[in-house]
Amino acid sequence: MRKCSLNSLSDIFSKISESNTLYLPVDTNEGAAFKKWEEGTVMSEALNTNRSAKDFFFPQTEDLMEFTVNKKEIEIIDTRKESEDFVVFGVRACDMRSFEILDRVFLTEPYDSYYATKREHSTIVTLCCTRPNETCFCTAFDIDPTNAGGDVTAYKTEEEIFFKSNTPKGEAFMKIIEAFTEETSDDSVNEIKDKTKAILKKLPLANLSKDSFGGGKTEELFEREEWEELSSACLGCGTCTFVCPTCQCYDIKDYNTGKGVIRYRCWDSCMYSDFTKMAHGNSRNTQIERFRQRFMHKLVYFPENNDGIFGCVGCGRCLSKCPISMNIVKVMKTLGGDK
Amino acid sequence: MQKITKDILIDKSIELLSSGKVNRVLGWKNGEFDYDVTPYVFKTEEEIKNDFVFNGFSGANFSKYLVKETLKSEEKVLVFLKPCDTYSFNQLLTENRFARERVYAVGIPCEGMADISKIKALTDEAISKISFEGDSIKVDTLYEGEFTLKCEDVLLERCVNCKSKKHVAYDELIGEDGEVIDSHRFDQVEELERMTEDERFLFWQNELSRCIRCNACRDVCPACTCEKCVFDNPESSLNNKAISDSFEEKMFHIIRAFHVAGRCTDCGECSRVCPQNIPLHLLNRKFIKDINSFYGDYQAGEEKGARAPVVNFTFDDIEPGEAVKRGDGDNA
Amino acid sequence: MQIKGEYKPLIVAFCCNWCSYAGADLAGNNRLNYPENVKIIKVPCSCRVNPMFILRAFQRGADGVILCGCHPGDCHYTTGNYYTRRRMSLLFSMLNFLGIEKERTRVEWVSAAEGAKFAQTMNEFTEAVMKLGENKRLEDLRCKR
Repeated sequence: MRKCSLNSLSDIFSKISESNTLYLPVDTNEGAAFKKWEEGTVMSEALNTNRSAKDFFFPQTEDLMEFTVNKKEIEIIDTRKESEDFVVFGVRACDMRSFEILDRVFLTEPYDSYYATKREHSTIVTLCCTRPNETCFCTAFDIDPTNAGGDVTAYKTEEEIFFKSNTPKGEAFMKIIEAFTEETSDDSVNEIKDKTKAILKKLPLANLSKDSFGGGKTEELFEREEWEELSSACLGCGTCTFVCPTCQCYDIKDYNTGKGVIRYRCWDSCMYSDFTKMAHGNSRNTQIERFRQRFMHKLVYFPENNDGIFGCVGCGRCLSKCPISMNIVKVMKTLGGDK
Repeated sequence: MQKITKDILIDKSIELLSSGKVNRVLGWKNGEFDYDVTPYVFKTEEEIKNDFVFNGFSGANFSKYLVKETLKSEEKVLVFLKPCDTYSFNQLLTENRFARERVYAVGIPCEGMADISKIKALTDEAISKISFEGDSIKVDTLYEGEFTLKCEDVLLERCVNCKSKKHVAYDELIGEDGEVIDSHRFDQVEELERMTEDERFLFWQNELSRCIRCNACRDVCPACTCEKCVFDNPESSLNNKAISDSFEEKMFHIIRAFHVAGRCTDCGECSRVCPQNIPLHLLNRKFIKDINSFYGDYQAGEEKGARAPVVNFTFDDIEPGEAVKRGDGDNA
Repeated sequence: MQIKGEYKPLIVAFCCNWCSYAGADLAGNNRLNYPENVKIIKVPCSCRVNPMFILRAFQRGADGVILCGCHPGDCHYTTGNYYTRRRMSLLFSMLNFLGIEKERTRVEWVSAAEGAKFAQTMNEFTEAVMKLGENKRLEDLRCKR
């Protein structure tokens, strides 16, 4: 583990950006958002970004390929590009877990090369939480925000910042910042960790339990009558899915530019009425079915197919963003019998 | 923050429910915290007693819910309407979107609703408790201790510029009716009009580029009640869902605002729900301001059955060339 | 649109079937000159043009969009162009509010007898758009690659 004073943080950022594009949370009109570091950029003090960090690997829209049509000839143009090296600084434990979840989706067969190239070229520096919000419930999904993982784990106090490398990419990162930091023992962050752990126990959602959910619970939960009341006010907008760090559904569309066709993918939401529209019709015609799908996917289907790992990371974004304040916590409490 | 308490509304709900006048109540339900209030259809006295809430966070406009709710049963549903909600209520009736006889509307006074993001900005990100005491709000935070804020400092934008405390439609009124307010709601539109084209372009580029096309603004809007929105229709060539180019979100927001021009009551729900904090109400207000200036003052929803200005004309209307100049603040 | 190094703006002109299109025809019959980059799209009535058409034209590379219809009072469908007038007043004012140059949009009433007016209008409008240069504010980059 190495440490340095917060005063030299901007020197570190400057050094990193010599060899990598550096992204970090910055305060903007929308709230905190990941932006490219430039001389003078100040890192946000907010707990988390308004939108999740999944955009780095799974952007809202992404061109896949292009076609040109010349009479009966169709030429396919591969527009894939190798990603440049980049560093994402200040990812929280919840978003870090979301990358593991996305990896399970995109890096298993069929292997997604668009996602993979960005993932390979990224170095992720996580930042452990010291002031979790009332909307946080990552601990319910066995995430430890005091040990956030990633290539490098960072801890920040009022005066100092500590770095601990976890992977070969992390080692390379440590080399870059070596001149600005000094060696220290791993125990120096124990105090920060303990303090945060004490706060976590007192959070309002600290006792949220996932015990009623998980693989194998489909039959038990699918027909529950509470789905109706839970979903009754749902507007069917895509806010929850689009701010969610783990929602990974997308649509593939063609766009005719007049000179050719661009095939691109863009985020889609299971809350939308046309999400399941197919040639034969629509398999989810009511908002109850769509609403149920979203939560069953995160809480039952995903763990069932992924060694018990839940599809929610407890970041709390849907809690603060839903226009009608309906969210996964209310669903878990209602169906889990806690309320 | 609110002069009437939830108890009055609970009593009224139970009274109407037990007398059989209505068989369900559209109201606000308690959340996990003090601020995450959800619209809910209450069916029993017990539910109402346990979960009904009315406070400075009961901002949701129920008018649009009536479109779906009135189709579910021929029996009456009780709905509580704040003054601004009654305008949307009237507008929906004008467009024959729900059966009036299936609704029992109770008008309730409103002193303005609080914006949780403003509260968080003034206190701390982590909030443990919020309570209202008269004109002030007491906020307990996890890390920074206790704050006392003035209600007027944390109002939703639409409430800061409240246009009317008058109910334009109801079956019964709780408390006294208010007056139409001479608000400053067009100030920011005028400010933008005074800018140069270049400045305005940069302003909107910055705002609209944040759009994530979640459609929350459309889905919450009481004027957007099409069974199938053109942006969801695979046959329309408009359902691109994309934000890949700055054109897409501009097109979406221009069409969204234009489609409700003359029907938008300026209820402000679009800006309230935007997860990206885009001031969408400014687009709607620009249309309202232009309509007022070109064709005479018109408030959508004020009068049931009124003919909207966009589907109307006079023989000596302003010419588009002149209109654009006037809209640009040349004559302001 | 760049032709032989010289910038010529692409103009889309929506013309109503009954007056303005006939006006354009007359301009042609009378051998009156107007820029060849004015692309005419015939519509049954100026009222047929919905805001989407205007935005689409800009998206697909138009540098200016002009809408021509019968003079108010002379609409083949009696009142169509009165609605057009209101709609376009509001739409163009909104486009300008978003920072789109007001010279890029125009409505002109051209009757079937006004071939000269049609040609003159197109010349003026093209010149005005030429001064502004390419449409950058309401463009779709995907269509320009």
